[in-house]
Amino acid sequence: MTTTLNKCLVAGAVPLAMLLSASAFAQQSATEGDVEVLNWWTSGGEAKALGALKDQLAEDGIGWQNMPVAGGAGTNAMAVLRSRITSNNPPTAAQVLGYDAQDWADRDSLSSLDDVAEAGNWGEVFPQPIQRFAKSDGHWIAAPFEIHSTNWVWANTSMMDELGLEQPETWDDFIASMKTAQDAGHTGLAYGGQPWQDATVFENVVLATGGADFYRQAMIDLDPEALDSDTMTESFDRFRELLQYKDDNSPGRDWNLATAMVINGDALYQIMGDWAKGEFLNAGLEPEQDFMCFRTPGTQEAVTFNSDLMIMFKNDDEQQQSMQNTMAEIIGSPEFQVTFSQFKGSVPARTDLSADELDACAKRGYEQAKAAADSDTLMGSMAHGYAAPASVKNAVFDIVSSFVNSDMPSDVAAEQLAMAVQGASS
Amino acid sequence: MSKPPSSRGGARERLQHWLPRLVLSPSFVLVLFFVYGFILWTTYISFSGSGMMPDYTWVGTRQWSRLWSSWTWGIALHNIWVFGLLYIVTCTVLGLLLAILLDQRIRAEGTLRTIYLYPMALSFIVTGTAWQWFLNPGLGLERTMHSLGWESFSFNWLIDANMAIYTVVIAAVWQATGFIMAMFLAGLRGIDGEMIKAAQIDGAPTWKIYGRIIIPQLRPVFLSAIVVLAHLAIKSFDLIVAMTGGGPGNATAVPATFMYSYAFSRNEMGIAAASAVFMLAVIAALIIPYLYSELREPRS
Repeated sequence: MTTTLNKCLVAGAVPLAMLLSASAFAQQSATEGDVEVLNWWTSGGEAKALGALKDQLAEDGIGWQNMPVAGGAGTNAMAVLRSRITSNNPPTAAQVLGYDAQDWADRDSLSSLDDVAEAGNWGEVFPQPIQRFAKSDGHWIAAPFEIHSTNWVWANTSMMDELGLEQPETWDDFIASMKTAQDAGHTGLAYGGQPWQDATVFENVVLATGGADFYRQAMIDLDPEALDSDTMTESFDRFRELLQYKDDNSPGRDWNLATAMVINGDALYQIMGDWAKGEFLNAGLEPEQDFMCFRTPGTQEAVTFNSDLMIMFKNDDEQQQSMQNTMAEIIGSPEFQVTFSQFKGSVPARTDLSADELDACAKRGYEQAKAAADSDTLMGSMAHGYAAPASVKNAVFDIVSSFVNSDMPSDVAAEQLAMAVQGASS
Repeated sequence: MSKPPSSRGGARERLQHWLPRLVLSPSFVLVLFFVYGFILWTTYISFSGSGMMPDYTWVGTRQWSRLWSSWTWGIALHNIWVFGLLYIVTCTVLGLLLAILLDQRIRAEGTLRTIYLYPMALSFIVTGTAWQWFLNPGLGLERTMHSLGWESFSFNWLIDANMAIYTVVIAAVWQATGFIMAMFLAGLRGIDGEMIKAAQIDGAPTWKIYGRIIIPQLRPVFLSAIVVLAHLAIKSFDLIVAMTGGGPGNATAVPATFMYSYAFSRNEMGIAAASAVFMLAVIAALIIPYLYSELREPRS
């Protein structure tokens, strides 16, 4: 028995060796003179924004090999990236979010962008909270594209006029206006019941309830005493109150379908990041006229952000290295930062630019982001992985989503939140 | 083909001896490496500190204890238990019932059999998406009933965290029942008619014939059906993803969706590997005794 097994093993070694050598051929994929860029920017505005980078590179004679991996909000793209790195065949650059750039830097996979950063004075023009994600051990390892902020309310102007509503300034006014809308037979809050959307709305409530210091303490410093505190219980109470104004069909709804409810006049508000603006603009609506954008009442002084980063992978080829530097230089340049944000719906990550070319919402958003950066209230969004690593973020999602989909009491939710965060960060 | 020279007879014999091994060896090696090799690899990973990428530092049972203290894992295990039990029992009972009814020498049996078997031809993604539309209160059944004038009609299990797992059971049962029916039908056709006739002559009522004679003889079919259904239940993933995405919240998370989420979106490869090994152990506990009994029988 064992001898036949041995014979089979020997006979099998030949095809296995052939298989392995075949995979060695597959590695020469990127053509010389081209940059290969892994991303998941495939929808309209995103693709246009990325196209701006491609055009700029073309002016410098650098070819573009797009490597889009759509779906799963980047999950699929990251899976592809991991397999490329594991097989020692990294792309030139990749679009990543949040702590992923730090994780890759810790594995010593990334090119340093220090030269470009020094020449472009990045240390001065990018705000500290962005640098926290773009630098690792004091070295620049990523080029930030933009600032997206998540504490926005998007409102249907004609419905507000019809109901005689003013833009709410306080949390109580905010709730009262949704009640008015609901009494008039509309949906108060357009809501998408997916974990990340639950968490996006929840972090707005936490910020509005506890203020910037509390948000930082609970969501960024992950202080167990803040997580299981009376303020957190009150946040859950307010969150529960807010949830009364969503409609019954919200579970599982995509964010853009919730935005469509505001566009179509079915719902009054949506709490969502500024990418929602793209949906309004695509529908041919004018900011400040057909739809309103304002900071979630109670969070006017602070900005919670996320920011796309471009990381470059270590490469022995000198041509690739110089192309990586050119690409980083373009991404950090003032013109590109503005052009990119115009397409993407965000605001520039640099704080030294003029906002003249941006639309009305982005103009305001940009000034607020600058002010927040100065007053140290520009803080990473928990729901988008800029407050804590992915494991903690998802532990928060678990509790917040369970809270939304059950009648869990607020104090239990706060206690569970503290426990889940502790479990995930251990 | 002309006769080979007699001097080459030995070579030909050797070739005949080696050819089957040579032909089979690639698949043997591939299976050995990609199935059993990676089972070992995954098991090792579950004892390592792997996060975003595999990391081979040994951390003992830390990932396992984190797995068992995870909130979602508790939900996933509860769900797979509820789902698995209801799925297996309902499919078996309905499948047997349909098979018995179809076995009454009725007209158009072939057409009916095809209709019942048809859902099995669909992938779980199609089944899940279709049922998601059908059960979504804003799109499907509930809305249709409302627009037909039955305003008080309500069926919102899909978006109710406590009931959502049952909608998945409904869709899964719809898909698999026809297949189980076909298995039972084959079993019924294989039963010796003489025995039934003898019972009928003795004046036994039909229900007794089924209860005492026919169903006990279907024991191997039951066993096969349960093993097929059990492993389908444990590896269920696509149906959940298409129908509920694991939601509302985590209400319909199952071990397979748990594993996917921890491996790919939570950067917790170690915990994901531990959950995968656990699932493998459960399936092995079900399948190995079955295979053992099946492979032994012919010899006895």
